[in-house]
Amino acid sequence: MTEVVAFQDLSADEREAQERKLREIWRTPCGWRYWTSVNNTQIGLWYGAAAFIFMLFAGVLALLVRVQLAVPENGFLSADLFNQAFTLHGTVMMFLFAVPIFEAVAIFLLPSMLGARELPFPRLSAFGFWSFALGGVFVCGSIFFNAAPNSGWFMYPPLATDKEYSGIGADIWLLGLSFIEVASIAAAVELIVGIMKCRAPGMRVNIMPLFAWYLLIVAGMILFAFPPLIAGDILFEMQRMFNWPFFDAERGGDPLLWQHLFWIFGHPEVYIIFLPAIAIMAMIVPTFAQRPIVGYSWIVLAAVGTGFLSFGLWVHHMFATGLPQISLAFFSAASEAVAIPTGVQIFVFIATLLAGRVIFSVPMLFGTGGLAVFVIGGLTGVMVALVPFDWQAHDTYFVVAHLHYVLIGGMLFPVVAGIYYYYPLINARKLSDRLGKIAFWIMFAGFNVAFFPMHLVGLRGMPRRVFTYPADIGWDWFNLVSTVGAFVFAAGVVVVVIDVLRPKHRQPKEQINPWNAGTLEWISEPEENWGVRSIPIITSRYPIWDQPDLLEDINAGRYYLPDAQDGARETLVTSVLDARPIQCLRVGGTSILTMVAAFSLGGVFIALTFHWWIVTIFCAVLTLAAIVAWLWTATAEIPRAEFRDIGLGKKLPLYNSGPRSVGWWGMFITMAGDGTAYASLMFGYFFYWTIHEDFTAGHAGPGVAWPLLAAGLFTLAWLAMLLARRVNASDRPGMTRAALLLSAALTLAGCLAGIAGPHRSGMDPTAHVYPAIVWVVAIWTVAHGAIGIVMQAYCLARSLAGRMSARHDMDMHNVVLYWHFLVITAVTSFGVVGLFPAVR
Amino acid sequence: MRLLPKEVESLWTLFTGPTIWAVHFLVCYVAVAIYCEKARTGPFTFAEMRLALVLVTLLALAGIVLSAWLAWRQWGFGSGDPPHDAPTREDRLLFQGFATLLLSGLSFVAVLFVAVPLVLIEACQP
Repeated sequence: MTEVVAFQDLSADEREAQERKLREIWRTPCGWRYWTSVNNTQIGLWYGAAAFIFMLFAGVLALLVRVQLAVPENGFLSADLFNQAFTLHGTVMMFLFAVPIFEAVAIFLLPSMLGARELPFPRLSAFGFWSFALGGVFVCGSIFFNAAPNSGWFMYPPLATDKEYSGIGADIWLLGLSFIEVASIAAAVELIVGIMKCRAPGMRVNIMPLFAWYLLIVAGMILFAFPPLIAGDILFEMQRMFNWPFFDAERGGDPLLWQHLFWIFGHPEVYIIFLPAIAIMAMIVPTFAQRPIVGYSWIVLAAVGTGFLSFGLWVHHMFATGLPQISLAFFSAASEAVAIPTGVQIFVFIATLLAGRVIFSVPMLFGTGGLAVFVIGGLTGVMVALVPFDWQAHDTYFVVAHLHYVLIGGMLFPVVAGIYYYYPLINARKLSDRLGKIAFWIMFAGFNVAFFPMHLVGLRGMPRRVFTYPADIGWDWFNLVSTVGAFVFAAGVVVVVIDVLRPKHRQPKEQINPWNAGTLEWISEPEENWGVRSIPIITSRYPIWDQPDLLEDINAGRYYLPDAQDGARETLVTSVLDARPIQCLRVGGTSILTMVAAFSLGGVFIALTFHWWIVTIFCAVLTLAAIVAWLWTATAEIPRAEFRDIGLGKKLPLYNSGPRSVGWWGMFITMAGDGTAYASLMFGYFFYWTIHEDFTAGHAGPGVAWPLLAAGLFTLAWLAMLLARRVNASDRPGMTRAALLLSAALTLAGCLAGIAGPHRSGMDPTAHVYPAIVWVVAIWTVAHGAIGIVMQAYCLARSLAGRMSARHDMDMHNVVLYWHFLVITAVTSFGVVGLFPAVR
Repeated sequence: MRLLPKEVESLWTLFTGPTIWAVHFLVCYVAVAIYCEKARTGPFTFAEMRLALVLVTLLALAGIVLSAWLAWRQWGFGSGDPPHDAPTREDRLLFQGFATLLLSGLSFVAVLFVAVPLVLIEACQP
């Protein structure tokens, strides 16, 4: 596309008027209302700052652990506090730092990198942030009440299901983290839709920034990795709260199911953490090599390949559980294979550096130093991926050393590189080169001194998670050295913190794009909140290098959407492959509703932890009300005019529905994640079938009639929804409402029939795992039916309020899409629980 | 009737190879897991199951080769060299073809990796 663009130059007055209007629309509120902002720059910054604070907190816990282990027979921490400290250290680093920091960076950078004003669902980002912050404070705070989780960050039953041992800590872990997982999935939805649909016109998939490619893959991985953990959390919490025996071997349960569900999440998570960090490197390396990346397609290969292969590795955490050796061998093979794409990206970076003229800056120092550390961790990873070696090293400090080399080299160092690189976008000033270099060498030396000896002490047999050890077995010197190294490393981190926090108002401001980078995020001005002054047409992978006058034309408002004539926050929606503009999207502005929704949802999880049932119900109702209010006031708004002149002689529709709308994509992606959680529950059902001779253990099932009736009613309800969409399309509101009501009645009947099966057969979920798993499947399905009824009622209300018609039918399309997923869920659930016991 | 599908313009074709790898991996894992728990006493032997999985592997490899061939065609049979960074539909197609071809290669190797245990291991717990 090299269509010639005819710029129209405005007078200085007109331009100023546009700028004033844009500034007003995108203004950040003042006073306490500052916190109601939903703009991506604020949310990204808060997200990042919160994640960083959690990281420092978890770092202090690690130092406590190291002090305790410095000398043999130490009494600095009690065994129980030690258990809490290392559990919380791992949990916080993984769930409250490593994953959220990438969401933070993505939310902060992506809009300007893609040349968009905003991501498509800014309020969802805000909701995610507040959920994360509240959940994080809840989980971290527990240690001050001596109530932190204490069974290790992967919470293995039966230790973690033992209420005497784990107290309330396990509940705090399960519920607090489930809440944070909601935030991660919200971010995934936001990022996928943003990257696919909100790129600047002309930014085809072959010239999209590599950061966006990585983030697209990572967000997809979140969608398939986090839901199994949510399913696991549900089973776990049902056991802890109501004594349903999912992991209790005496009553047919199996602790191994938790290990499967946890690691189906846990292993991809390592790559969910690693890929965004390497994505930052993919932006830094070309800048300092002063040339485009060598092997763009190879990076795409690596990102996609790693994303897929990482799902075939989970059992390598379970090599010592006695699974059939041929099963172990499959996972061992896949674990070796994943080294190929991982290696490819490192070679691409090396090739780019060799082909360019390298400027050795602080970000490069952290980046390359980190990759060197990561390569060592990767090589020990190849070692522990071999079953016989793993049997020797399993649960020793060798594994502790390996995982810290991978995570600190593959994630923490590149993130610090990113902080040094992107800091001018936050503050218009660079961080100190001198402090940066000092920090790097202290951290690099401290890290290796702390963690390298752990390989050796691990090979000498020191198990992880012991709170102390005897003096005469050859572990003491290694541990002392590790502790010294840990404190040196921490000193390096402190230098970074000082550099970030020290006042810089005396330092002169840098020009825009101080590193002379080529990618679009560097056009954004730290003082302005609007993202880009006008949305450019992109024709290169490195537009700032290759498109002359780009910056000037953007800032002169010569491109798309240079004003905000209707007083709404707007951005462009473009097509997936070629980024052709297809819609002018109105996005949500500042609102307190997202905060209310997040805090009340947090209330639900916190109240559940303490079994305050009335508070739980109250908070749940409040959450529902806040979400409905949020949807009602700010989504699927019917614009006054159908089209909007976006400049350069182009007119775009303001309202789209179905697959052309971002809302439909949001629903589709959310339901893909929801479907994965459901599939994980069904995996549980069949898992119990495989491990037992007779998985019903003689207990009565739900019968055939009720489940099949439920499946039939749900199918009819789905057909009624299809009918509703059809009659709505021909603008017959009366018929539409009737069809919606009919469908709601059928759904209600389907829900009742679904419950009737297990209920009327007197299935007792505490007696054995078979009734328990049937109940869980039925309740999951019925709960989704209930949400379906709420959606139908919402459509009905929209129709009655005159907000839904044949032309403006976004709500209807999205609800029908939900129903496609629901009918598959219902037919599978009731088909399986009804028929499988008979045919197996 | 045409033997090979027409050229599709979609982002999703990129994922064909890795998806075949994932399905192959799952089939192998699930088949073995169920066999080793359930069918030890069942109507067929480990060797027969192994043979079936080898056939599944060959099928998967064939599927990946097909996707590689389609990608090669989309890449213009190698007529142009990367980086394919021009802002045109042609270059976007060439990029997609090349990236898909690379991923097909990785998937082929990864399927072979996963198939190695089928050749070497003769029982659930040797």
